Amino acid sequence: MPDIDHLPKLSSLSCDADFWSLRVVEEHAANYSVRKNVAQPPSFLVDRGAMLTVYDRGGHGYAATCDLSTPGLQAALDRACHWARASASRSLVDTRSLPKPAPRGHYESPFAAVAGWSRSDWYDVLAAESAQAACDPRIVDWEASVETRTAEHRYLTSAGGEVMQRYRFVMPNLSVTAHGNGDTQTRTLNGYRGLAQQGDESILERFAYIGSGRRIAEDALQLLAAPNCPTGVSDVLLMPDQMILQIHESIGHPLELDRILGDERNFAGTSFVTLDMFGTYRYGSELLNVSFDPTRPEELASYGFDDDGTPAQKVELIRRGILERPLGGSISQARAKLSGVANSRADGWNRPPIDRMANLNLEPGDASLESMIAGIERGVLMATNSSWSIDDSRNKFQFGCEWGQLIEQGKLTTVVKNPNYRGISANFWRSLARVGDAATVAVLGTPYCGKGEPSQLIRVGHASPACVFTAVDVFGGEN
Amino acid sequence: MATSTMETYFSEMAAFLDGALLPGEVYTCTLDAEVSDFVRMNRGKIRQPGTVTQRYVRLHLIRGRKHAEHCLTVCGDLARDREPLRQALAALRETVVELPDDPHLDYATDVHSSRVVRSDPMPAPEGIIATVLDAADGLDLVGIYAAGPVYRGFANSLGQRNWHEVTSFNLQWSLYHRADKAVKTGYGGFDWSDQAFASKMRGARERLALLAVPPRSLEPGSYRAYLTPTAMEEIAGMLCWGGFSGRALATRQSCLFRMQEGAAALDASISFTENTASGVAPAFQDEGFARPANVPLVKDGRLVGSLVSPRTAKEFALATNGANASEQPESLDMAGGVLAGDDTLAALDTGLYIGNLWYLNFSDRPACRVTGMTRFASFWVDKGRIVAPVNVMRFDDSIFRLFGERLVGLTSETELVVSDESYRARSVSSKRLPGAVVSEMAFTL
Repeated sequence: MPDIDHLPKLSSLSCDADFWSLRVVEEHAANYSVRKNVAQPPSFLVDRGAMLTVYDRGGHGYAATCDLSTPGLQAALDRACHWARASASRSLVDTRSLPKPAPRGHYESPFAAVAGWSRSDWYDVLAAESAQAACDPRIVDWEASVETRTAEHRYLTSAGGEVMQRYRFVMPNLSVTAHGNGDTQTRTLNGYRGLAQQGDESILERFAYIGSGRRIAEDALQLLAAPNCPTGVSDVLLMPDQMILQIHESIGHPLELDRILGDERNFAGTSFVTLDMFGTYRYGSELLNVSFDPTRPEELASYGFDDDGTPAQKVELIRRGILERPLGGSISQARAKLSGVANSRADGWNRPPIDRMANLNLEPGDASLESMIAGIERGVLMATNSSWSIDDSRNKFQFGCEWGQLIEQGKLTTVVKNPNYRGISANFWRSLARVGDAATVAVLGTPYCGKGEPSQLIRVGHASPACVFTAVDVFGGEN
Repeated sequence: MATSTMETYFSEMAAFLDGALLPGEVYTCTLDAEVSDFVRMNRGKIRQPGTVTQRYVRLHLIRGRKHAEHCLTVCGDLARDREPLRQALAALRETVVELPDDPHLDYATDVHSSRVVRSDPMPAPEGIIATVLDAADGLDLVGIYAAGPVYRGFANSLGQRNWHEVTSFNLQWSLYHRADKAVKTGYGGFDWSDQAFASKMRGARERLALLAVPPRSLEPGSYRAYLTPTAMEEIAGMLCWGGFSGRALATRQSCLFRMQEGAAALDASISFTENTASGVAPAFQDEGFARPANVPLVKDGRLVGSLVSPRTAKEFALATNGANASEQPESLDMAGGVLAGDDTLAALDTGLYIGNLWYLNFSDRPACRVTGMTRFASFWVDKGRIVAPVNVMRFDDSIFRLFGERLVGLTSETELVVSDESYRARSVSSKRLPGAVVSEMAFTL
């Protein structure tokens, strides 16, 4: 386990600023992979550093360092203080109006203190899946891999705050590529790094990882022989490993308050959502209920406090289709004069916190998978995201999936390749016609949500049932 | 150029590792470090200013054909870093003995040391930010200034030492008219010039004025288009996403595998080269192999080469050309054509002037078909004259067509676009690209 207990005390650092904080992050990761039945060399990571943040005279500054000695931290604190004072007269946010957090508490992932599998245990499992995937000469590439990671995040403030959060993450992956007749098709188990949760190796059972090497290889071969997804307007049944992308891109990002406030306009973009929409705007049909939920134990981005020290709790963002709250942390809330959530997060010790998604979930409804299929006269089931693109206001999107299957008169029929669909966020969620029940829910996520200047890649979790949307523009690839 | 503290540290660290090895062991080691000022701006004010000092050491221990690697942060004081380095080495030693032989292991055994230092002092960031915000007085400016030294080092137990140190800046900013209508501009380099910045800002203000005209919404359909070098960078970026990878080509996962099979070709005027000699990336890679000055990838519209990492070389019996594990270009050059820069609007005649593209992805990778959005200053042009900004449009088309039968011409001038990415570290990659006029580009939404 990480050990950051030997840090200098806060009292050993000196600063006469209005407020300052120390955030120390230590993460340990191990990566194992078996590709084409060859064990790849393991790689390990110890990433340890600290960020000092200062509010003074209305300004704000930060400095990050991987020198955790008292002089190292003091130098960073001095630099952060310099920035706060240098920026005070031109600061967008008057930090004198911001809360000076003094949170106290701790958080721990399930099984955070458990040692977990040995390296050889992992290599045995990965080798078995790799061997099973190599079932046909048309399988040209395949890989079974995992990243396991533990983390300790400590947050201390000059106002008396002290928070310790301990995490354990397991992120297995399976990918198989088939090639034949001039075409190449790749199939993964729930997307690249889509299997990503807190906790222990029981994630493998929850997603039937063992035995999936052969299954997804057969899927890839089936796709090679499949026709392209037809072009037209039809119903779509999106499985959870596509729903998470749909939620992420066309609900999560547009609701980020820092985007709405314009911070991201030079890079990640703005939002079609404006401040006046909260409380009244119809985001989707009556069936749409979306929550920010950092309390689900196994979900990737659960935590007790965000990186500005705000205690985290479940909050409904969209209720019965009506937009209620943005995804904005304490600083954005003060700027926008809106209630938000505890989502001010940094992807490491060397980047400042910004508004992020954390866990963003679509609440289940009451439809079984069978009843959703039976209720579609003409449609396409799409599973596992493979392509994502959306405009800078998070409105016009086009997404593609690995796997498609036609639904004709209430029955699943022909497998189709390259299923794509496009739409506009502001209309799309209003065509949500059926929401799957709890049995259809999968708790997935990604460790690679990109945003920010400087850029950041952060862990986010999404839980979603399967859902049906009506009158969607669908199409396939080229021949 | 004098030796920096960081270079001295790396040299002494390598000497320490040399002495810590046991007989029969080999190490390779890289240092990725930077001291970066990041100043984020919004609404013409400062949003988040800060400084990041980071040092990552990647230590790779090899014994026979068994090996493993360990990446760790170091504080920069060798007296305190020796112990974590010793621990990392011990943990690797313990791991390596349990591993099977790796048939694809390869690392440089010929010693090719090198040193590149371009590290002139930079003006203080506070002064530059004051200049930027003064120039944007009254305007809605949003953007980021990133600056400072970036260090890349390689060492191995065979005595090879490589050092690459560059101090640079990159200012990326957008001036907003309203909603999503904006002009984005970049100014990067090694020597900040107030005059050069002022000239860029004047150009941005002039283009911003064009956005005051009511925007035009286009119906889905095919349009003649001019893609600026900045827009071309996004398309070239898609080709860099595995397109030139030796491994992706060998396993038919590259978007260009049909070119490899002779089933597709680009226009004869298209050439791509990995031009390390004129880029800003280091001329060495993580296993210690030197990179050639240039590697031709596409010549006269035909795929003629690929980027081959040492591992891919072993797996597929190819020769490595110093690519990193990702096998992505870091200094991609696309050759220019014959269109004079002043003639681009005339060559476009009537159609879409695309200043920037955004969020591209493959809609059918084997067909090299890509979708994405127009962004920032894109305009409708009528008979060679800009008449109105256009609302954002989605395109979905094959690069085989756009750079094939539909290519009207490339500009003779090419532009160096230095990457402003800073995921985990400031990027040292760049692309040099022309603009392009295409006879048709398919827009769908």
